[in-house]
Amino acid sequence: MLTFRGGVHPKEAKSGTEHKPVEALPLPERVVVPMSQHIGAPSKPVVSKGDEVRTGTLIAEMGGRVSVPCHAPVSGKVADVVEMPHPLSGGTVKAVIIDSDGNDTPDDNIKERPTDRLSPADIVEAIRDAGIVGMGGAGFPTFFKLTPPKDKPIDSLIINGCECEPYLTSDHRVMLEQPDEAIEGTGYLARALGVTDVTIGIEDNKPDAARAMTEAAREAGFRVHSLRTKYPQGAEKQLIKACTGREVPSGGLPMDVGCVVQNIGTAAAARDAVRFQRPLFERVTTVTGPGIAEPRNLRVRVGTPVKSLIDACGGYHGETAKLIMGGPMMGIAVPDDAVPVLKTTSGVLVLDRRSAAELEDRDCIRCGRCIKACPMGLAPQRLYMHILGRRFDEAEKEHVTDCIECGCCAWVCPAKIRLVHHFKFAKSEIAALRKK
Amino acid sequence: MSQLTVTASPHVRAPGSVKRVMWAVVIAMLPAFAGSVWFFGWRALMLVGLAIASAVLFDGLFQKMFGRKVTVTDGSAVITGMLLAFNLPPGVPWWIPVVGSAFAVIVVKQFFGGLGHNFVNPALAARAFLVVSWPGHMTAMWLAPRGGTLSGLDAVTTATPLGVLKNAAEIVGPSGDAAGFLAQAQSWPVVGKLFLGNVGGCLGETSALLLIIGGLLLILFHGIIDWRIPAGYIGTVLVLSLILPGPKHDLLPYLLYHVFGGGLMLGAFFMATDYVTSPITTKGRWIFAVGCGVLTVVIRLWGGYPEGVSYSILLMNVATPLIDRFTRPRLFGRVKKARA
Repeated sequence: MLTFRGGVHPKEAKSGTEHKPVEALPLPERVVVPMSQHIGAPSKPVVSKGDEVRTGTLIAEMGGRVSVPCHAPVSGKVADVVEMPHPLSGGTVKAVIIDSDGNDTPDDNIKERPTDRLSPADIVEAIRDAGIVGMGGAGFPTFFKLTPPKDKPIDSLIINGCECEPYLTSDHRVMLEQPDEAIEGTGYLARALGVTDVTIGIEDNKPDAARAMTEAAREAGFRVHSLRTKYPQGAEKQLIKACTGREVPSGGLPMDVGCVVQNIGTAAAARDAVRFQRPLFERVTTVTGPGIAEPRNLRVRVGTPVKSLIDACGGYHGETAKLIMGGPMMGIAVPDDAVPVLKTTSGVLVLDRRSAAELEDRDCIRCGRCIKACPMGLAPQRLYMHILGRRFDEAEKEHVTDCIECGCCAWVCPAKIRLVHHFKFAKSEIAALRKK
Repeated sequence: MSQLTVTASPHVRAPGSVKRVMWAVVIAMLPAFAGSVWFFGWRALMLVGLAIASAVLFDGLFQKMFGRKVTVTDGSAVITGMLLAFNLPPGVPWWIPVVGSAFAVIVVKQFFGGLGHNFVNPALAARAFLVVSWPGHMTAMWLAPRGGTLSGLDAVTTATPLGVLKNAAEIVGPSGDAAGFLAQAQSWPVVGKLFLGNVGGCLGETSALLLIIGGLLLILFHGIIDWRIPAGYIGTVLVLSLILPGPKHDLLPYLLYHVFGGGLMLGAFFMATDYVTSPITTKGRWIFAVGCGVLTVVIRLWGGYPEGVSYSILLMNVATPLIDRFTRPRLFGRVKKARA
């Protein structure tokens, strides 16, 4: 079975939602659309208070070379353009607030077109103008990955259907319910890159999804690879290793080994963007966890407050300890449920007191489990000791900057040391030192 | 809605904790503990009990006095006390385990910062301390086990099995037949006794069988100890005993005599596997295990003591930081430096 070295097996906890079809959440009355839902420069608002918008109308343009535009998730009136704390990263971000008129009138630009004669450049443009970002969680602008520099030839497109994060089932449902859309979108991505070698990687805990995708991919000739269920199988570098045997060099990018990886949800969004010229303003997300009364998979508009999603799932259950945007291994804990759904919100996870990790740590006992678990071949125990001693140069020499923050080391640690927290800190210190 | 916690990921953790690991080790030592009581009687119970009680007491007292968090319920002091007692001759007076435990937890463990910071195994360091301080007590107070003799041979009542191997000529005297005596020792009935444990030796080391049961428990359930360390250690002792010259008579019993006699099983399964003082990497653990094996055989064959397990492990403990440093795992996507 194809896989990578290291990794862990957290409880999958997907049974609460994996068999539940995606349901559309009723239109929100108000959406808050942050201008930074991606990696790169924030989008620049092109609307102001009082403007009328339709669903899919451009509300913000690209703010730089690595950036994406943003579109109205509902039709209605711009209530305000404000500065607000960023829901995930801290710091402040501009946000466009739109009050829905309840009609969901689509923008005139959204219409089907023939796609046979589109050039790779046309496809890239459509994906860029639709504001598509990596929907697996990282949020890297998709068009940028489709336009690698000339000296980095790409020969392999890998579609990520692993969904290795526990609890999350949104990608699973997309593969089951929209396999043809996802494959059509994959076809556009392959055309944009000019590659014929296309692999779809799916963990073997989703045989139904693998079957549906294999069926849908037959005509196009794309390969579906069944991968061993092991976290983090869906991490970009580990996925490339499992599917192609290639190792992205330390400090490098997938394009250095001729690969581009796109999430399955991104592929489906690309289909809407290329064929229907429909921007990215909604997504499928899993609302789940022991702290949720009735876990569900929901199709939601970007900017919908998380509170509405939770209400739609029967509200909180038990004593709520943590609200997490994303999965339990890499998701980001947020302080309240007013935060909006973003293009990258693959799940909303609520943990109760019993299921949330305990906070108290103790001294390392050198058991070595973190080293066995690390999929990047790092020695987390040693890095931790360097960081405790504030020897950031030593930590850098031992490649702390290669850490992908997957959380395997911290998950497995019997002393409950918050290793990822320490590594994030070390990386920011190293970055600050480099700037000097 | 109640107050939400905001921390860095991951937000879930594997089951298991330091406490669970430590108590699992304690449980795995219970068969050998029961064996020691069976073979050496109430004295064993008293010595092990005293060692555990004083290790826990001194550990807690020290933490209390120096304002550290008291963590005695984590079981680590219990392990230290038990291991120390397992390394004592059954005939030592009651204060030996008390002094040994005090040295182990205060000097070796807490002075260096407590669990996780000690650079040598506390129980073994304490044993070494006791051997140099009270050599008479620590090298001569052997007792014959229930249903057996000290050496495993009916004729000899003054030496432990490894003592027989080392000092056969002295034991039989100038007129005796040392070769015949060694032949007698390297026989299947004696090896059987070494395996079961009704021979002389330190309290918890005599029964290879009961130690293997405990060791396998730790390997098979949750992989608490890394199998590479006992495998590498015992394997090295086997191979070296095979190829190096020694008082060989009957090869297979001779090899098993080396493996089951003395403290190898106790050392390989319960002392060399101590997380804190052994390497953290897979490659490092192999090196550590082989190193322990080499030193053990060298001490047994050419050293001043009949047994070399505890000093071998102590020496390799000291080498551990160095081993860790040079056996880092292979970095994913490691870039080879271009030749200039």
